[in-house]
Amino acid sequence: MTEIEFLSWVRGPGFQIASVIFVFGVIVRLFEILMLGRKANLAEANGSEMSGGVRTIFSRMAPESDTFKRSRFTIVVGYIFHIGLFIVIFLFAPHILLITEVTGVGWSALPTPIVDMAAVITMIALAAVLLHRVKDPVMQYLARMEDYLVWLVTFLPMVTGYLAFHRMGLPAPSLLALHILSIELLMVLFPFTKLMHAFTFILSRWYNGAIAGYKGVRS
Amino acid sequence: MKKHITEAEPIGDDDTLGAALRRQGVSRRSFLKFCAATASMMALPPSMVPAIAKALERAKRPSVIWLSFQECTGCTESLTRAHTATVESLIFDSISLDYHHTLQAAAGHAAEEAREAAMRENFGKYLLVIDGSIPVGNPGYSTIAGISNLDMLLETAKGAAAIIPVGTCAAYGGIPQADPNPTGAASVADLITDKPIINVPGCPPIPVVITGVLTHFLTFGTLPELDQLGRPKAFYGQSIHDRCYRRPFYDKGQFAETFDDEGARKGWCLYKLGCKGPTSYNACATTKWNGGTSFPIESGHPCLGCSEPKFWDGGSFYKALSIPTTEVARDALYAGAAAIAVGSALGMKNRASSKQAKAEHQKVSVDDLNKED
Repeated sequence: MTEIEFLSWVRGPGFQIASVIFVFGVIVRLFEILMLGRKANLAEANGSEMSGGVRTIFSRMAPESDTFKRSRFTIVVGYIFHIGLFIVIFLFAPHILLITEVTGVGWSALPTPIVDMAAVITMIALAAVLLHRVKDPVMQYLARMEDYLVWLVTFLPMVTGYLAFHRMGLPAPSLLALHILSIELLMVLFPFTKLMHAFTFILSRWYNGAIAGYKGVRS
Repeated sequence: MKKHITEAEPIGDDDTLGAALRRQGVSRRSFLKFCAATASMMALPPSMVPAIAKALERAKRPSVIWLSFQECTGCTESLTRAHTATVESLIFDSISLDYHHTLQAAAGHAAEEAREAAMRENFGKYLLVIDGSIPVGNPGYSTIAGISNLDMLLETAKGAAAIIPVGTCAAYGGIPQADPNPTGAASVADLITDKPIINVPGCPPIPVVITGVLTHFLTFGTLPELDQLGRPKAFYGQSIHDRCYRRPFYDKGQFAETFDDEGARKGWCLYKLGCKGPTSYNACATTKWNGGTSFPIESGHPCLGCSEPKFWDGGSFYKALSIPTTEVARDALYAGAAAIAVGSALGMKNRASSKQAKAEHQKVSVDDLNKED
């Protein structure tokens, strides 16, 4: 297989397979969660479930002060790499083109030097959280193999994308193909790992907020 | 990979390249200018210019046999249709082109005799230039004087000092090899493994790249440094994207969306129109075409990536590199619909099993616990 054939495969059948698994997996898992249902609450409502739920989805974006004091590193670095990932994934022109092609929705891109800088910061932050996970005894106690796998499939598209953008190490078609392949790996694993939090955080925050809202208390 | 192939011939021979150039009326000044341009293109230090000039002066006109197989003659056109007689074309005229069935006057058996004579006289020393791919599936698709392309290639390659497949067809199979490859087209490197091969791909390749490779061979008697696809790094070392004058627009995020919008008129980046510059290695953006006039991107058309293997089968020329080549949106929709059905079914099953568990649940009373069996 030549490098151009490799690139054609990842842009063609490879991406097709990954997309089908990704969409199928995410929707099946969301349906399973949504259909769990809840027991009818016989207590009288003291407030609205909906407003409490929706508010909590956003209010949990800001860390609570005690939590922040305890896990300053995790929260700050976590924010940095999540924002970095957002910039790199959604504000880089070639990525927007892909999203527009598949969904029909598009928006303006950031200049590439800014995306490039965000990519470097994100990779450093990702390396830092891995180091923290390896060094910290509490994190060590909590960590499972899946956590390292999830880290790897997030980091690989970043590093291959950076190399492909700068054309370093290998010929450009191979670099681009490896980058796309690493994203396909991420897409395939996404629905079946903790990466699902990108969707489920909304459900869990809403649920917590809704319980509190029904009771008429803040969450 | 460097292999020593031939020694420069002694001075004083009427048949040297220097003598041939003087006969053509090329001044010393323009000859040295060519040497300097070649040195800079091959990323050699200026101190190498006199060495190149000396070597070219003294070089015996090498015998070149040019075989044309499944091709469109575009590669030959690229070399011969220069608007003015450039030093490059004179250098090319000044090799001893002993066989080129498109250009030579002789035809039929007389032409074949010329090839055989050149092979006999220069056995082990001649350069073999090839354009076009070789039909291996059915040799009947392309024959010359009743000889199949494969037989002619194998026979002529035996005495060649080096082989230069010119154009993407000869280098990688090119358009004849495009899916479904009806002739079973193969590249030179697919068939010949025991000779030094310098691929000069492109559809067509840039003339100055061909003369540059010949100059390197005449000057140093060695093969230039090649990349992993057998291309001279001096010319194929950088991607079109990295040397493109429209690159600043890519970096700023300014793209032409169609061929006639404001971005296209302002000369913005053609990435969204399918430019393959980021994955294509060639010298177009630096040496340009038609005597340095322009190159395809400068004329407002995205790069097709013609110097890369399988460029014809790499998806639409007009789809951006980051866009999948298959109908992903449609498949995702089907997958989504199937997932809703499967997800609902699984949800129902889960509900049913929890309902069943509830129904089968037996309450345990204090009496039950106190019961002694």
